[in-house]
This record gives sequence, C-alpha cells and structure tokens, in this order.
Amino acid sequence: MNFDYLLVRLGELTLKGRNRGKFESLMLGKIKQALTEYPELSYESAFGRVYIKLNGADGARVLSRLTDVFGIWTISPVLKARHDLEDIRKAALAVMEAHQPVPYTFKMSVKRAWKAFPHDSMEMNHLVGAHVLRNTPSLRVDVREPDVELRLDIQQQGVFVYCTVVPGAGGFPLGMNGKAMLLLSGGIDSPVAGWTAMRKGLEIEAVHFHSYPFTSQQATDKVIALAKRLAYYGGRIKLHLVPFTELQTTLAQQKQDHLIITLMRRSMLRIAERLAERSGALALVTGDSLGQVASQTLGSMNVIGRAAQLPLLRPLVMMDKLEIIRISERIGTYETSILPYEDCCTLFVPKSPATNPNLRVVEGIEHALGEQLERMVAEAVAGTDTVVMTAQGPEEKRAVPSAEDRWF
Amino acid sequence: MKTYYFDHSASTPPYESVIRAVAELMAEHYANPSALHRAGTDAGKLVERARTAIASLLGAAPSEVVFTSGGTESNNLAMKGILGQTGRKGKHLITTAIEHSSVHATAKQLESEGVRVTYLMPDAQGRIAAADVASAIAEDTALVSVMHVNNETGALQPIDEIGELLRDHPRIRFHVDGVQAVGKVPFDWARSRADLYSASAHKFRGPRGAGFLLVREGLKLRPLLAGGGQESDARSGTHNLPGIVGMAQALRLALESMPERRSRMYELRRRLLAYAKDISELVLNSPEDERVASPQIVNLSYPGMRPEVLLHMLEEHGVLVSTQSACSSKSLKPSRVLMAMGLGEARGAGSIRISFGDEHAAEDIDTLAERLRMTVAKLKPLERD
Repeated sequence: MNFDYLLVRLGELTLKGRNRGKFESLMLGKIKQALTEYPELSYESAFGRVYIKLNGADGARVLSRLTDVFGIWTISPVLKARHDLEDIRKAALAVMEAHQPVPYTFKMSVKRAWKAFPHDSMEMNHLVGAHVLRNTPSLRVDVREPDVELRLDIQQQGVFVYCTVVPGAGGFPLGMNGKAMLLLSGGIDSPVAGWTAMRKGLEIEAVHFHSYPFTSQQATDKVIALAKRLAYYGGRIKLHLVPFTELQTTLAQQKQDHLIITLMRRSMLRIAERLAERSGALALVTGDSLGQVASQTLGSMNVIGRAAQLPLLRPLVMMDKLEIIRISERIGTYETSILPYEDCCTLFVPKSPATNPNLRVVEGIEHALGEQLERMVAEAVAGTDTVVMTAQGPEEKRAVPSAEDRWF
Repeated sequence: MKTYYFDHSASTPPYESVIRAVAELMAEHYANPSALHRAGTDAGKLVERARTAIASLLGAAPSEVVFTSGGTESNNLAMKGILGQTGRKGKHLITTAIEHSSVHATAKQLESEGVRVTYLMPDAQGRIAAADVASAIAEDTALVSVMHVNNETGALQPIDEIGELLRDHPRIRFHVDGVQAVGKVPFDWARSRADLYSASAHKFRGPRGAGFLLVREGLKLRPLLAGGGQESDARSGTHNLPGIVGMAQALRLALESMPERRSRMYELRRRLLAYAKDISELVLNSPEDERVASPQIVNLSYPGMRPEVLLHMLEEHGVLVSTQSACSSKSLKPSRVLMAMGLGEARGAGSIRISFGDEHAAEDIDTLAERLRMTVAKLKPLERD
C-alpha cells in the first residue's frame, strides 16, 4: 500500500517564541532541498508540522530520505479519508494492516479539531476501533501499553489516519545556529563530530591537512569521499585542502619527537582559525575524545587548545569509541573511514608521544622557529585548495562532462 | 547467407559502444586498479564509479555490489558463501529442480558435503509454487535459492511471493539467480527480500567474463578465492576493469530501454507462438501466459526428433537456435528442466530453445518460422517413436 501523505513533525519541543517562524521556514526549505528528486511532491505547512502530499511518489523512499534531515522530530505515513465513516474505517484498517511488525494490541486516539464532524471523539473511538477489531481477529485492545496507537486526526480538509511514528534525526535545521570549521581527518571520529555538529544546526566547512608525498592521493580522496557523505546531510560542504608538508617536516626536525604531535596540532588549529575567520565561522569542531590517544589527554587538550582563540567544540569528548563507531556506521562514513590510507595525523608519530606536554617547552620551540613558523602557517593558508562538495561529488566537476563519461 | 542469431539466452552480441569502451579501457587503463600510483588509483576510481552506477541502476548501495567473472561464479559465491561457512554444515538448502547447472551442480556438491537439500518441483508450466517453498522450510533452513527466469523455458518464478513469505523467516537467506532476467524483467533490489542476486554481463549485451553479485548490506560471505582481498575480501583477483566498466554501460543501456524493449520482445514472442501453433509437430514448453513468461525465450519440442538434427538443419539455412543448453547437447539426455515439469521423455529429449533480442524485427521471426516449417516438413518422414 502507498500512503497519501507523510506527516512531518518538526522539533517543536525545543522551540520557543520568536524562533519558531524562522525555524519553520528554514525547515521547509531543508525538506524540499532533500527531496528535489521527487518533483511530484507538494507541501503544506501547519503549526510545527509539514504535510507532504506524495502524489504517487514512493512513500517508503521519501520517508527514508527524511530520516536524515536534521530538525525533524518524527514522521508518520498517513492515509487521508473523506468525512465519511465508511471511508475512515477503510483507511483505519488499511494503515493497521500495513504496520510492521504485525501488532497484537492497539488503542485508538481521536482528535476532532473540526467540530462540525457529526460524531464526537468517543463515538469515533468506538465506531472505528470496533471495525478494526472485527476485521483483525488476532488484535486486542490495550489502552495502557498498546503495540500501536491508531490515530485519527479530524480536520476540516479531511481525516488523517495513521499509526506508525518513525523517529527523525532530531536537532535543528542546518545553519540555524551559525557556522563552524571542522577539522576533518580520514579517521572514524571527525566525520561523526561533523555530523553531530550539523545536527545541532551548525553549518560546517571542513579543513583537511595533507602532506604529499608522505601521505598519498588516496588519503585525500578518502577525505573527499567523507566530505561528500557529509554533504548528503548538509546539501553542500566546502572542503579546504591544506598543504601541510613543509610545516610537518620542519616540526619533525626539531629533535623534540615526543612533542611533534602537540606542535603539529597547534599549527593545524592556527591554520583552521585563519580559514574560519576568512569564511565567517565562529568555532572549530574536532573529533577529540577524552583519553583516546596521546593528543587527546586533558593535558594535551590544554596545551593544544591554547593555540586557538575561537571556541573549540568537541562533540565526542565524553563518548566511548564504540558509540562513535556505531554512529559512524549509521551515518554511512565508517566504511570509508576504515580504509587503510595514512593521513598526516599518523605520520611521524613517535614511540612515546607526550601525554602531558609542557606548555612552556612547546611555546619555547615555537618561539625559536619565530617568523619561519608564521611564514609557513601563512603559506599553508595561501596554498589551500577549496572544493565545494555536494552529495553527488565536487561541484565544478558536474558542469563539464569528463572525458571518461563516454565509457559509462 | 545472412545469419539469424536466435541464441540470446546463451550469449548476446555486445553493444557497439560497449565494445569501443572496452577497447579504449584496455588501451588506456591497463594499470592494476589496486596499485598505489596514479595510474592505478585512476583505474580504481573507474571500478568504483562502475560500482556506484550499477548500484543506483538497481536500487542497491555501492557496497552491496560484488564484481565476479559472471553468472556461474556469482551463483557459486552466493551459495557456497553462505553454506560453506563453518557451522553451516548439515544445514538445509531449498532450491528447485529447474535451476541453471551452476546452481544445480553447486547444490549437488554441497549435498555431498553434508548439506541437506530439498529440490522443489515445478508445475507443467515450469513454475515453482511459493507455497512449496513455505512447506519445505525447516528449523535448520539456511538458504533458499530460486532463479528469477528459467534459462530453458523463460518461465518467470514467483520470487516476490517467495520473498514475502520469507519475511517471516529473517534468518533464512534468499538467493535469486537473475542471470536471464536482468534487462528483461523489472527488478528492484531496494524493495526485494532477496539477500543475494546474480547477474552476468554478456547476457545483457555487455562483455564476457564480467558479472556481479548483489549482497545485502551486512551479510558476510565466505570467499571462493583466497588472494589479495579485493571486493572487501569477498572476491580476490585483479579487477577486470574493461569488463566491469563495459558491464556498467551495458546495464544502463539495457535498463534505460527496458520498457520499450520488453513490449517489442513480447510482440515477437506472440508472433512466434502464433506460427508455432500452425506447425502441428511442435509443442510449446514455455508458459503460454505472458504474465508468467519472460519476453525473450521460446522453448519448443519436436517429440520423436533429436533436437540437434533440427538445430543443424536450421543452421544450414542460417538460423541459429540452441538445444536445451549448450553444455549437455552431446549427452542425448533429456532436459532435466523439462523432465521435472513432467513433460515426458519424448518432449524432454526433443526441445529447442529460441531466444531473441534487440536486433530482431517481425520479418526475422517470419523467416525463422518459414525455415522451421520447412525443416519440420523435411524431417517428418524420419520421425521415431
């Protein structure tokens, strides 16, 4: 069975006062953007809700796409019945039969917003509930803990009938809460951090550091693939590719092996901060998770974090690796993240990196490098290559058909 | 003399553009797609692009596409990949008596290694009943393997119905041999309950030596080949890049034009069936009803006549058809499929298969019918009981 509508409930619980209007119009835009491949859909906004009329589109696919749109609380596939008892009964039975897994108990809940409807809620409860029971021998009523709740929403334009409520991604519509710069490595954590930030309504630009030829083109391709996946959630993502070879090899020659990660990370934050300033981002987002590696101990976070003035957001800081992996599988970045190409964060890793680096020593080394460090940071920023990623791939590539298209 | 090639179910003439692409790819992308250097990664990207293209054409995720060498390997990988795993010995396999030999012989092989096998019998139309699958399910059933379109008769198998009933048995894996169906019969992986779906490029005008197996997300297979771990360890061996990309293009061309090609082929099938009815010596072994027959295969028997005699006489007149299947033509054994349908020795041993494709027009069917009539008339005095 295909449904008539999808009822989308926006994250209304998190909304207060004046924000609602902005939230709702932003949400409608995001929903439409995610569903551009279904031109047949039409949209009706209501208070905290959007009714999507399917007009024959595959409801299951549209629903599945919507579960990845931030700011959506829940989604229900809905049948619309006329103001006619038989039609309502038919629809009620149909939505109950379509419910998976097959429910054993149910209860009715009727909302009569349109008061001109001849039967009141109690009567409807009985008239429709009894019909469903008569036609579904295995079904019982349980008002306390039903497997499903069969809902009738009686409105002036018709009666909406549904029983399935699918949880959405939650959060805020993208861009609602400003912009941040994500430090994106090829690993498991940083894409998850990016997704988490995006779910909170942050628009993300990603920055990736590469040290060719110490890192390979595949490592960069991997990050491009990750950014592309994030763009599936965000529509479009700017990916800044920063040449880091000179900085990294210079730092590696300071004869301070145990501090190299600390030094490197501080330089990365400086570069990311400049890129953030250039594009108006007000925070840096990293995939740090407390205690996971040497650079993510509290001592390291302290010394590294001091290199940046912007707020450092670390959405994964209190999460376990397994939780992070679970999210990364769910959002479709895990398979890419575990590809084996080395990125620059794992290059030149010493046998015993400092877990509690001394800020004064670190600052001393940087001071000794002086203008050279400043010049290398500036050059890295200047040499940054920016690609705009969409869920389909790099944006400029789509315009011109590539030579290899003829083979496909 | 012009040759009329009516053996599309055995192999199809590749698209011109596919032949060109394969040649260009062989010349330009000879590097190993697994190599680290630029030439290798460029080749690797083409493999991945082909994977994404094939996946989106069939409603699958790219990670669900495993490239193989063709139908036989896909079928072997699907079945042994599930049943060859440790702890699976002594499990139960449900398949049918009418599967392609690469499924049938694999079932036999697994049986000899301790897997319990149920072979479901078809009806006289050559169709398996979904209800029979339901009643064959046992506690230890691990795999159901049913083909989508039968390669000898063209009978469409009820894989959607079987899939629906298997939804109540989430632990049972469902393999569908789609080799004869791809490009001819609509199939949507996203909506299907199938866990494994086999395809072969040269059956839909792609290059030979390339095929794929769709493997449901999260399902792990025991590999047939040990080696470099390509295809996420499911299938080692250097990627057949020209074949894979050529296959992706052929699949696109086949699927884009499928609605129009299907109606054309059904038209040809109707025309051929009408002619065949007029030749009283011939009996139809394919389903008459179009709703349960794929559009491109017509199987006829001349009871009492060895089919290879018919085949060779037709060949002398430029018409190429096949007997039951290429591999067993010398054995003189009746067709396993037709025997399972209960059609008897005479019909089972005397069948020819006519399968057509995009290059055929109504006039070609007229020519075929005329030469068939002529051949049967010549052979009539030589009939044996």
